[in-house]
Amino acid sequence: MSIGPYSQKVMEHFMNPRNVGEIEDASGVGEVGNPACGDMMRLYIKVEDGIITDAKFRTFGCGAAIASSSMLTEMIKGKTVEEALKITNEAVAEALDGLPPAKIHCSVMAEEAVKKAIEDYLQKQKEKTGE
Amino acid sequence: MRKIFFDHISTTPVDERVLEAMLPYFREYYGNPSSHIHEQGQYALRAVDGAREKVAGLIGATPDEVIFTSGATESNNLAIKGVASAYAHRGKHIVVSEIEHFSVLNALMPLMNRGFEVTYVRVDETGLVDPDEVRRAIRDDTILVSVMHANAEIGTIEPVEEIGKLTRERGVLFHCDAAATGGKIPIDVNRMNVDLLTLSAHNMYGPKGVGALYVRDGVRVDPLLDGGFQEKGLRAGTENVPGIVGFGKAAEIAIDEMDADAERLRHLGKALWDGLARRVEHIHFTGHPEKRLPGHVSFWVEFAEGESLLIFLNLNGVMAASGSACSSNLKAKDEEELVASHVLKAIGVPSDICTGSITFSLGKWNTREEVDYVIDIMPGIVKRLWDISPAYADYIRQQSGGQKS
Ligand code: FES
Repeated sequence: MSIGPYSQKVMEHFMNPRNVGEIEDASGVGEVGNPACGDMMRLYIKVEDGIITDAKFRTFGCGAAIASSSMLTEMIKGKTVEEALKITNEAVAEALDGLPPAKIHCSVMAEEAVKKAIEDYLQKQKEKTGE
Repeated sequence: MRKIFFDHISTTPVDERVLEAMLPYFREYYGNPSSHIHEQGQYALRAVDGAREKVAGLIGATPDEVIFTSGATESNNLAIKGVASAYAHRGKHIVVSEIEHFSVLNALMPLMNRGFEVTYVRVDETGLVDPDEVRRAIRDDTILVSVMHANAEIGTIEPVEEIGKLTRERGVLFHCDAAATGGKIPIDVNRMNVDLLTLSAHNMYGPKGVGALYVRDGVRVDPLLDGGFQEKGLRAGTENVPGIVGFGKAAEIAIDEMDADAERLRHLGKALWDGLARRVEHIHFTGHPEKRLPGHVSFWVEFAEGESLLIFLNLNGVMAASGSACSSNLKAKDEEELVASHVLKAIGVPSDICTGSITFSLGKWNTREEVDYVIDIMPGIVKRLWDISPAYADYIRQQSGGQKS
């Protein structure tokens, strides 16, 4: 079922978001907010041998934000860190069969969250090797 | 699935009796009131005049003080721009509340480009305008004060009688946007001391595309449209006869039934309010607790975003409105337009919450059973959103003595 301007895919992810939650011993955590609307996303990733083996999220936000978060976690699982860094918000929106124009920015949150989480992971790696 | 319409502040269904009254004016009596030498024109003229009497009766006006328009937006534009143009020689200052409808606030923009100054009067955290603030805002060159009767988003009813009294004392015109209250709570233009008042038919079980502006006898207003001399020259264009007839019928029904409906809606609204207060944690009601529209309940819930709430409500068959920038601007062309509600901002709701408010507005055909259903489904919906909210997870951790991850 599509609702108003949202595609069936968006609604599907909104109603049954994948990978909700937290990772206890996460390799990296990325938290981003959208100042325009006050929405917020927190992403946890688990990295093993350069590959993202698990991803979990929590999001406070609109339908598009929740669906984008859910879709993103699906997209990055199994990818290398380098590959995940290349994921754009357009790719997330496309995977959701598109978002309404005013809602494109909601998928930006997803792109930024994965960048932040990986940054956090790399930082932690550096600290480890620095020790 | 059952469907529950709790969005009567956006519009109302047309009353069957209203539709019945309108139908003959499409095919049987199709005349143009301006062409009333023949019988078709006569029927139309009489119908429009009859409707004018009824609408005037609803607000305690005389029929020739009622100008039919295409709706509240036009009425507000006509009042603001029409008065500004007709009284510019006296002064170029206008006072409005900061929670007016966009058709008032945006009508002021072109005036400001033409040298008018506007003072925006603040509201308190319940959305009430303080008449003293209005008094202080009035200057020697003030020509008009515009304050709405009630705010659609938060339901607060403004102290318009007091404001009318002081504008009268100061010799300043007073316009009141009564789109949200017309036919719902009593309006008396004389007791309120208003000089101009906006009404909308589709908010009171009448048809869309028709409204009225009350213009007190002796008050001058320049027209927005150039054309013929309909509506005393204030509104050129052939009258929307079926719409006006429907509006008249809606006014007639409201005169008879408004008090009983309001009483019922007040009870339903209270049941909804109390039920939500009891069942939904972290709920914050907006607007004034008592001075509010009957059957109007507005609120936000911590850690649960407005549009998401609205989607879940809709999936459960419940149609409501949100002050949410996210949902109300879904059709916005770009994110520049994605701004938090100016009304919620005005009453001091934090801006990240401004996107999250919900408005339930009940109408004359809603039932207690529907109210109970909505009370029943709300906790589950809220819980689902809390379960994926990062801030809620932090909150729970804090509650249990842990710390933020
Ligand atoms: S509107 Fe805020 S993220 Fe979608």
